[in-house]
Amino acid sequence: MKFRSKIIDIGCLNHFTRVVTTISKLTKTCVLRLTPDNLYFVLSGKVANGGVGMWCELSQAKFFDEFQLEGVSVEANEICLELAPDNLSRALKTAQNAKTVKIKLTRKHCPCLTIAAELPTMSSVSRVVTHDIPVDVIPKRLWNDFKEPSMPDFDVTIYMPPLKIMKNVVDRMKNLSNFLVIEANMNGEMNLKIETDLVSVTTHFRDLGNPPWAGDDGSQAGADSQREPETMVQARVDVRKLQQFLMGQQFNPSKAMCNIVQNTIIHLILLYEDVSLQYFIPAVA
Amino acid sequence: MDCVVTGGNVKVLAKAIHSLSRIGDELYLEPQEDGLTLRSVNSSRSAYACFLFAPLFFSRYVIPDGHGFRCKMAIKSVQAVFRSLATLEKTVEKCHIELDGDRNRLTFTLHCKHGLLKTHNLSFQDSESLQAVFDKDSSTNVLKAQPRVLVDTVLNFPPSLEEVTVTVSNERVWFRNHVDQEAEPSKAMLTELCLSADEFDHFEVRAQSSVTFCLKELRGLLVFAESTGLPISMYFAEPGRPVVLSVTDSVLDGNFVLATLSDELGVRQQNSKRACTPPPPTDDFMNDELESYLIAMDTSIATGPSVPEAVLAPLLPSRAGSPPAKPDPRSTIHSEREEDSMEEEVEDLGRPPNKKFRSLFFGSVYPTGSPLSSRTMTSQKVLASDSEDDT
Repeated sequence: MKFRSKIIDIGCLNHFTRVVTTISKLTKTCVLRLTPDNLYFVLSGKVANGGVGMWCELSQAKFFDEFQLEGVSVEANEICLELAPDNLSRALKTAQNAKTVKIKLTRKHCPCLTIAAELPTMSSVSRVVTHDIPVDVIPKRLWNDFKEPSMPDFDVTIYMPPLKIMKNVVDRMKNLSNFLVIEANMNGEMNLKIETDLVSVTTHFRDLGNPPWAGDDGSQAGADSQREPETMVQARVDVRKLQQFLMGQQFNPSKAMCNIVQNTIIHLILLYEDVSLQYFIPAVA
Repeated sequence: MDCVVTGGNVKVLAKAIHSLSRIGDELYLEPQEDGLTLRSVNSSRSAYACFLFAPLFFSRYVIPDGHGFRCKMAIKSVQAVFRSLATLEKTVEKCHIELDGDRNRLTFTLHCKHGLLKTHNLSFQDSESLQAVFDKDSSTNVLKAQPRVLVDTVLNFPPSLEEVTVTVSNERVWFRNHVDQEAEPSKAMLTELCLSADEFDHFEVRAQSSVTFCLKELRGLLVFAESTGLPISMYFAEPGRPVVLSVTDSVLDGNFVLATLSDELGVRQQNSKRACTPPPPTDDFMNDELESYLIAMDTSIATGPSVPEAVLAPLLPSRAGSPPAKPDPRSTIHSEREEDSMEEEVEDLGRPPNKKFRSLFFGSVYPTGSPLSSRTMTSQKVLASDSEDDT
């Protein structure tokens, strides 16, 4: 099992740092899955995580100038590590003006992901800072927990309003209730609702548009046509989980989408060039 | 006492007070012939800082005749005088410090633009002299660097980090985060930064060593050094003996004396790795006798003339009522704890928990038959827990 990689381009480094920082805002620990082509940050939707799931996919070629990986075996050419993304984010932040950043798997006092940054100095010798982030290597038999989640068979899919606006609304609603109802229809409308004994608040968004999801057979998947476009589909979620998702955003996604399965789950998708982030928040009764 | 500070020196004075506030809660002020001294010490006496502003620093410097006047006051109230450093620089033209003997107040008057006067009357307590005696010349290792170099170094460590380990070899310096045994080693991120000797203005290493000290005070001094642009010199010898950080200018002199973790602790931890029975505590000095001894030392120094800088002892006057230092119960825990040593250094793993620095303060004993006649005293390391608040 070997892994070493290198980032030279400062733009790539900044971008990678923003992605990792976003992840670190969403979860304390997650799994980093490394394959020859991609990196994945995974949080499986277990009860321990409050049912929240995350799947973030990055194409390594877009970020790394060098990427060498030797997986567990020839057939399973992958490495799965559990780590605290906050450590990784902190380490990368100290390397923002580095000449090169190397990320490699090392064995120190325990298995570590070592970030070594070469920092510029006034003198001829550059300064080297290394951060050893302890990781747990996940054995192959447990890998099944960290497979890409399947797309839920959603009832509604919709583009999200600008995340900053949505965040402002949710931040205020959080003061009123612990639960928020998110509802949307296939007519480009989304509502965020709070309902308590004392007050009902609803924020309406219109003309958001509905993304076309082409199924394997070319027909539109999910959101089947029996449903009237105006019919609202809703899910009641823990407002803190939604807030956490909105708060952590460090990159401006080119597309932000939300899929809702009636009273079951909301599935949030952010796309930005070569990064995709999916986030699952289960509905509560 | 009657002092006037003008122009940019007001900010220098303000920065000095701010960096002293990182050390302790009280400011000891003593006007002397050779200048005004401002001092502070932390509650566990593991950190001491002193600034001396020469008479030339002031545009007027008059000190009381006869008996030496000295006082202490809450550092917060002095900080309040110089609260906003940004506006201070723009608006304050002159700062007048005057002792109002009749009302027992120390008056700080800020002369601002447009004839605005801000007067702060601060009450104070009489105090004895707070004088740590330390010897920079006996340090085997001296490093001098521009503040920027150290600021950039410290930035690599998380703000929550409490202690840092500095290791020197002939041409390199390593900064590492010090992690406590009590934390789980597999959870802590280890950061290591290596600087080459080229980055230092002066690099003198006569003995390779590794010392661990608190980062908080260093950060405090860095704020001062960065704003004044003064290089920082670092004097140290071996673990357990204090590290002295100093800044010097023609009109001012600042020294920060910080305790370092005792090597004995580290060695014991390493040796007794996985040992079931911890070795009996060897330090007999961690008990009442030493404490009473220290107090005796204090008064002798405070009342006597200036003592040759030979011992390494931040000393605090009039602490008769303070609780005695007890053997640190954690040291036993430490030796029992399984611990992986990393590389060849006395490197501790794990994350610092939310406890305070287990500090050392430096007692002093007269060695029997010391070969050095000039140095009458040498240091003795004593463990004292910070949590035993002795104010």
